[in-house]
Amino acid sequence: MSTSLLPTESAAQRPGADMPMMKPHLYTYVAFDELEWLATGDESVVEYDGEAWIGGDFHRLWVKAAGEQSTSESHGDVEFQGLYSRAITPFWNLQTGLRFDHRYGEGTGASRAHVALGLEGLAPYWFEVEAFVFLSDDADASARLEASYETLLTQRLIVESEFETNVALQDVPELGLGSGFTDVELGARMRYEFVREFAPYVGYSWSRKLGETADVIRAADGEVGGGALVIGLHVWY
Amino acid sequence: MKRDEPSRGLTRRRFLEVGAAAGAAATLQTVTPRSLSGGPAFGTRPAVLDGREAEVEISIQEVRWAVDGRERRAVTMNGSVPGPLLRLREGTEAVIHVRNELDEPTSVHWHGLILPNGMDGVPGLNFPGIAPGETFTYRFPVQQAGTYWFHSHSGFQEQIGHFAAMIIDPAGPEPDPADREHVVILSDWTFENPHRIMARLKKHPDYYNNQRRTLGDFFADVSEQGLGATLSDRLDWGGMRMMASDVSDITGSTYTYLVNGRGPDDNWTGLFTPGERMKLRFVNAAAASFFDVRIPGLPLTIVESNGQPVAPVEVDEFRMAIGETFDVIVEPGEDRAYTLFAEAMDRSGFARATLAPSEGMEAEIPPKRERALLTMADMGHGGHAGHDMGQMEPDDAMDHAGHDMPEPEPMDHSGHDMGAMADMEHGPALRAPGTLPDDQMHGPDEHGAANAGVAMMATSRLHEAGIGLGSDGWRVLRYTDLAAREVRPNFRAPDREIELHLTGNMERYMWSIDGVHFRDAEPIEVRFGERIRLTMINDTMMNHPMHLHGMWMELENGRGDRIPRVHTVNVKPAEKISLLFDADALGPWAFHCHVLYHMDAGMFRIVHVVDPTMADQSGRHGDVA
Ligand SMILES: [Cu+2]
Repeated sequence: MSTSLLPTESAAQRPGADMPMMKPHLYTYVAFDELEWLATGDESVVEYDGEAWIGGDFHRLWVKAAGEQSTSESHGDVEFQGLYSRAITPFWNLQTGLRFDHRYGEGTGASRAHVALGLEGLAPYWFEVEAFVFLSDDADASARLEASYETLLTQRLIVESEFETNVALQDVPELGLGSGFTDVELGARMRYEFVREFAPYVGYSWSRKLGETADVIRAADGEVGGGALVIGLHVWY
Repeated sequence: MKRDEPSRGLTRRRFLEVGAAAGAAATLQTVTPRSLSGGPAFGTRPAVLDGREAEVEISIQEVRWAVDGRERRAVTMNGSVPGPLLRLREGTEAVIHVRNELDEPTSVHWHGLILPNGMDGVPGLNFPGIAPGETFTYRFPVQQAGTYWFHSHSGFQEQIGHFAAMIIDPAGPEPDPADREHVVILSDWTFENPHRIMARLKKHPDYYNNQRRTLGDFFADVSEQGLGATLSDRLDWGGMRMMASDVSDITGSTYTYLVNGRGPDDNWTGLFTPGERMKLRFVNAAAASFFDVRIPGLPLTIVESNGQPVAPVEVDEFRMAIGETFDVIVEPGEDRAYTLFAEAMDRSGFARATLAPSEGMEAEIPPKRERALLTMADMGHGGHAGHDMGQMEPDDAMDHAGHDMPEPEPMDHSGHDMGAMADMEHGPALRAPGTLPDDQMHGPDEHGAANAGVAMMATSRLHEAGIGLGSDGWRVLRYTDLAAREVRPNFRAPDREIELHLTGNMERYMWSIDGVHFRDAEPIEVRFGERIRLTMINDTMMNHPMHLHGMWMELENGRGDRIPRVHTVNVKPAEKISLLFDADALGPWAFHCHVLYHMDAGMFRIVHVVDPTMADQSGRHGDVA
C-alpha cells in the first residue's frame, strides 16, 4: 500500500489520473488548548499551550508551543517544537523533530535545543496521550508523559482532566533539574463550548517538583509545589 | 469530443423562456401546478424540462436561495433547488445541453442511467468536465424507465443545490398508473460552506454530533441496567475508541432537511383529491443524510425501487439511503391533511411536507423518536447482528436461513489481503446466484492506519431494518422484501468474485476501500462480458450507500431470479453483502460511497471494463461509446 502524498508514476497514466480527487487535500489546524491566567500566591502568571499542524491524512507538519510569562515581571519560559508527524497505526502518530527551550528574565536566562521523538495519539478508553523522549545538545536525556481525558457533563459543558510528568536521566544544574522524576502536574478544567471552536473555562491546576529537583529548589528556598485557580480559553480553528 | 454550440436545436429565445420561468420560481418560490400532456397531473414543481420530444437546455447558475427564511449561495440548475424535473421517454435519444454559468468547473451525472461512458459525467474520468462559460451536450439513448435523478459530480456542488429528479416514461404502458403523481426530493441543506464542514470533520470528527453520551446518560443507564452492565458497555466502546452515538457524521446541528427544496417551516404541500390513487416518486438527493420516511395514517405501497418495478410491498415506513429512489402508492381517502415525515436516521432533525386536499393545511408532526445507538453487532462483535437490539420481529429469523450457520469457513476467504483490490478466483465453487452470502470471519489484514476496526464477523443484515428502526410496532421495509416484478432474463451464475472491504477511521475522518484512498488505488479491472459477484464487507461502524455507475447491480437478497436491480445499495455496519453485475459497458466507471464527504475522503474506486481484444480503451474524454 502506498501512502505517498503524490500520485505514483503508474497512477499518472491510468484512467482517472486527471480527476480533481487525485490532488492531495491539505488541511490546517491551529489551537490553543490552554490560554490561561493563574492566580498564585504573590504574582500572577499567564500560561499557554498550543499546537498547529498542516498536512494530509498520513503526513503532517506540527508545531507546538507552550510557556509561561509573569504578568508583573519580565521573566518566563517558552518551549517550541517543530515536528514531522506520521500516522503509523489507526490511533497513533510517530512524531520527530526539534525542541527549543528558552528561559528568560531575572538573570536565569538559558536556552537548550533537543532532538524529540515521540508518540501522539488516542489510547483505549479515550485517553489522549503524548509520550516523548528528548536528547539535548549537551547529550542530556529526558522524557515526558502527558495524558488527558474529557468528561461530558452535557454536550457543551466538558471537564478536561490532565496529567503530566517529566523524567531526567541526569542532573542539569543550570536548569535546576535533578535526575529521576522531576515534576508532576495535575489539572482539571471545566469549559463551556459556545461553539466547538470557542470555549472559556475555569479550573484548578496543581504541580509539584519531585525528588532531587525538589531538593535543589528547597536548597534555594523556592516553592516545590502548589495549586492555583485558572481562568482561560480553549480555542481552535 | 462532444462539445456543441449552446443553441443547437434550441433557439436562444426558447432557452431564455425556460430560464426565466425557472428564475421566477426561484425568487418567488411559488407553487406552479403544471400539467403535462400524456402524463398525470403534476403537483408543485418549480419547472419541468420536457426532453421526450425536444432537446433541452440546463444552465448551471449561482443564485441566492432561501430556506426557512434564511439565504445562502446555491449552485443550481436553471436557478432553483432542486433543479427542474427532467422528463424523458424510454426508446428515444436524450439531447441535453448543459451550460456552465459559474466561475468554476461543473458537471452533470445521470444517476442510475445506463449510457455510453462518455456521457456519464464524472470529470477527469468520463469527460473533461464543463469549464466556466462552456456548454456540453449530453446525447444518449434512453434505455430504461422509472424514477431517477441527476446531480453534479464536481466538488461539493451537490450539497448546495445542484441536483434534480428525472422521470423516464416507459415505451409501453406505465407499470403502476396513478391518478396523480408528486415527486418528493429529500435533501440536506446547510448554511455552512461544505469545504469548511469537511475541514472541521478532519480536525474534530465528532464536531456535528450533539448526541454524544454524557455523564447524565451514564447515571441513567446505571439506574436502568445496573453499574456492572453500564461499566462493561462503556469499557467495550472506550476500549475500541468508538462512539455508540456515531450514527451520522453531519447532523441536524448544521443541516436543515428539505422536501423539494423547502424546509420544514416552508412546508411543501402536495395536493390530492380524496379517494385518488397517488404515486409519490421519492428521491434521496442528500449529500450525507439517510431518511426514514412515513406518512402517519397512510399505508405505503412500494412499487418501484432504483427505478425498477418491484413486487408491491405494503409498509408503514422505509429507510432511504443516499442516492436511492422509491415509488410509493398511497390512497388518501379522508378529506384531511397528512404529514409526510422524513426523519434523519440519527433523529437530529426531519424533513417535512404535507399532502392535503388544498393549500395551507397542516397535520400533526410526529414526536421525535429516541436517538439511535450503535450496538456491538454494528462492530461485528457477537455473531448474530441485531438480535440483541430487541427490535427484531419474530419472522426475521425465518427470513434469513444463513444465520443458523454456527461456523464460518475461514479457509474460503483467507485470500483477502493488501492491495487496491482483493480479487478471489473461486473457480466453479461459487454459491448459487441470488442467494444470501454466508457469514464470514475477518482475515488477518486489518487494512492499515486508514482503518480503525474490522468486523470480526461480517453477516448478511439485509433482513434488518437498520439502526434505530423497526421497533416502533409498525411495518418497515427491509432489503429482503424487494423482488423484481418479472423474472430476470439471462439470470446466471457469476464468473468471478471480487471482495472489497469498506474501511474508515472515524478518529481521523478517513474513508477508503480496503484501507486505501482512491488516490493510491489501482482501478478494479474487469473483462468485457464477465459476470462479477461483488462482495462488500463493511468494516466500519457507519452505513455506506455504494453506487456503481454505468451498469446495473443485482442485489443478492435471497430472491433468486427475482433478483432486484439497483444502482445504489446501502451497506450496514459489519454487514456482508453481495451483488452481481454484468460487465457489459466498456470504459472506466465510478464506484463510490454516496455520502459526499466519504467519497471526497477517498471511498471511491474506478471499475474499468476492458476488452482485451481492443487496443486503446482508456475511455477518457468520451471516446468510448
Ligand atoms: Cu460512506
